[in-house]
Amino acid sequence: MDLVLSADQKLFRATVKGFLEKEAPLTRVRELADTSTGFDRDWWSRAAELGWTAMLVSEELGGGSVSGDGLLDLAIVAEEFGRGVGPGPLLATNIVLAGLAAATDGPDHSHIVEALVSGESVATWAVYEPGGQWSPLTPGLTAKPGSDGFVLDGVKDRVELAEQADLLLVTATTEQGLTQFLVPADAAGVSVEASRSLDLVRRFAEVRFAGVEVPGSAVVGLVGRAEPLVERQLQVAIVLQSAETCGALERVFEFTTQWAFDRYSFGRPLASYQALKHRFADMKTWIEACHATTGAAARAVQDGAEDAAELVSVAKSYVGSRSTQILQDCVQMHGGIGVTWEHDLHLYLRRATVNRALYGTPEDHRLRIADIIAPSERKTS
Amino acid sequence: MTDSTVEAVESFRLRARAWLAENMPRVDVDAVPPPPGDDDAEWVRTRELQKKLYAGGFAGICFPSEYGGLGLTPEHQRAFTEESEGYEMPLLLNVPTFSICAPTIMDMGSEQQKRERISAAIRGDEILVQFLSEPSGGSDLAGLVTRADRDGDTWVLNGAKTWSTCAYAADYALCLARTDWDAPKHRGLTMFLVKVHQPGITMRRITQVSGSTEFCEEFFDDLVLPADAVVGEVNGGWAVASRQLFHERTAVGGGSPFTSGRGTGRVSQPKPDLVQIARASGRAADPRVREMLGEGHALERVQEQLIRRVSIGLETGQMPSPAASIMRLGHAETDWRVDDLALEIAGGLAVSGEGPGRVGDNFLMRQGASLGGGSTEMSRNIISERILGMPREYAADRDVPFSQVKRGSS
Repeated sequence: MDLVLSADQKLFRATVKGFLEKEAPLTRVRELADTSTGFDRDWWSRAAELGWTAMLVSEELGGGSVSGDGLLDLAIVAEEFGRGVGPGPLLATNIVLAGLAAATDGPDHSHIVEALVSGESVATWAVYEPGGQWSPLTPGLTAKPGSDGFVLDGVKDRVELAEQADLLLVTATTEQGLTQFLVPADAAGVSVEASRSLDLVRRFAEVRFAGVEVPGSAVVGLVGRAEPLVERQLQVAIVLQSAETCGALERVFEFTTQWAFDRYSFGRPLASYQALKHRFADMKTWIEACHATTGAAARAVQDGAEDAAELVSVAKSYVGSRSTQILQDCVQMHGGIGVTWEHDLHLYLRRATVNRALYGTPEDHRLRIADIIAPSERKTS
Repeated sequence: MTDSTVEAVESFRLRARAWLAENMPRVDVDAVPPPPGDDDAEWVRTRELQKKLYAGGFAGICFPSEYGGLGLTPEHQRAFTEESEGYEMPLLLNVPTFSICAPTIMDMGSEQQKRERISAAIRGDEILVQFLSEPSGGSDLAGLVTRADRDGDTWVLNGAKTWSTCAYAADYALCLARTDWDAPKHRGLTMFLVKVHQPGITMRRITQVSGSTEFCEEFFDDLVLPADAVVGEVNGGWAVASRQLFHERTAVGGGSPFTSGRGTGRVSQPKPDLVQIARASGRAADPRVREMLGEGHALERVQEQLIRRVSIGLETGQMPSPAASIMRLGHAETDWRVDDLALEIAGGLAVSGEGPGRVGDNFLMRQGASLGGGSTEMSRNIISERILGMPREYAADRDVPFSQVKRGSS
């Protein structure tokens, strides 16, 4: 992230770091891996008290941030989460809050926002569908007019922490076009089934909607006008995801470098072999570039800059592919221990691989960039 | 900046915008670049443009005012560069005159050298180059064998230099020579400021595979230099060269605060425009090609962002000066990949070397990005050893009197 932080941001970072090191060290993450839920709700409430759910929300609704640039502050939290492969709905809830905060037209959801900010409720974005790649604008799930609002039918999958969430932000196709609904996870007709998840603590699930009736007040923003909100949520998702990956890379690179100093072969440390030194130099360069592009995307989204969509896709294109390459190289540097369950490397590799795949792959985002720089040949779907 | 006498960046930007519109010629997008090797007219034009900038009070933005600059911040320079987009600028002076030679003289030169050479460059009167590399060695710069022997109050220079960028158009060169053969290699070197065009120097232009003849080779035969040609200390030339190499890495990576306007202005290596190439090859709608367009564009943006981050890191002291090698390595890698993408996107069109971006010619020079300004292998040594603190490579010539160091036959 940004090299230059204010004194307040530095203090904030130290608080986040201290909390995570004390309350969610890797030993705890491994314990949570064996639980059915992946995170602890009480723990999340205490995390929310530190402001981790408040930063994308206006002060009137109980929000606020350290620097006034909420997304930049939140990216600091995400980076620390990455350093420790933190559990919990930091990304999931904040992505939903980003959408709710941006939906200034349409039904009032302020009571829900307040419950999410306080940590009392947890929400998640239901946007993927079974067998589908990243195509958020054309959901197969439908919302048809019902007696008192809408009736939702369809299936979502790869829904983060759906088993733990109280609310689902669901993308749907209505007669008027793309629309998002806030649906209570316990509504009649909603069924959640856990999927196998690559990340040990950030779980995913499939959610079925069978004739789920929701009132008109469940709409987020305006009916048929969800596209800008989806774009906003995507932008926030990529910034937080990339910041988290940067934190993971930073931490793994630290302990891999240390390993290179401590591990001896043929009477000399690994760090003395030029063939390996050069790979460390490459990784260092790539990690700095990951920070640079994530910081630039965060700033652009924070400022609502004209090129925010482009810079978000630039960041995903770069961080998505470089991160897994760097982590696999770190596995190689460790030798056989790097592919064992007992070593922590796989916790990071799992997180980075999930982040690479989620909310558009680097390849998907390269196509988005092409649509910006060569629009006349854009494929119209 | 807390100094209230410094003009605010935004006010400077507005003033620059108005001045540029009033005074600088617009870039002629239809102009045909001169064939490689025939750019004499461009150098005349470059000096004219620099004189215009100087007359308008927009030259040497980050150089101190006592040496003819404006004494402003890198933010001012960035603002001016952004505003200068679309205008003809004296870009040929960016590297090495302003980004490498002038800052080195500023760091290490005598008061007289600073006042004379830096201000003459800013005025558009003089062009500076580097005489560093030698035919006998590339990466091992300190192993050079050009000699300067003391003769009373003067020095006598003999030997050869190579890879000096655009030396044919230059007025003064920073020339590193060996002055003590009994000292270990780094401790027997001295830096000199040498007038480029004078008896005793024979210059030859090197033809590269792209047809470019921007680089030169120089031969010195009993060239006499005055005592005040020494930059820094006698036998302290490595300290001067180290600053020079730092500025070079920064410049090659694209992060120098002393360049004005974007690019180096040299037409020998035009940056391939991937979208243009895709359109020329009729494949701009092919999803596979579009993915490559996105990848190339992302890499170029990331390289800019990396430069920005490392520049700020260096300016604020949060990164040590060897971090300039991170920009340099990132730049080479980006160039490689973009050249590869250009070739892949052009497909069969690369055969002729014609067409947008001259894809084929560009590809022949692909390694230029990882050779010029020090090889990327050296950058990787610097990053791993001086940033990550890993053990130094073994050197057979360390602490050995240079006269006893083994040398190859070529």
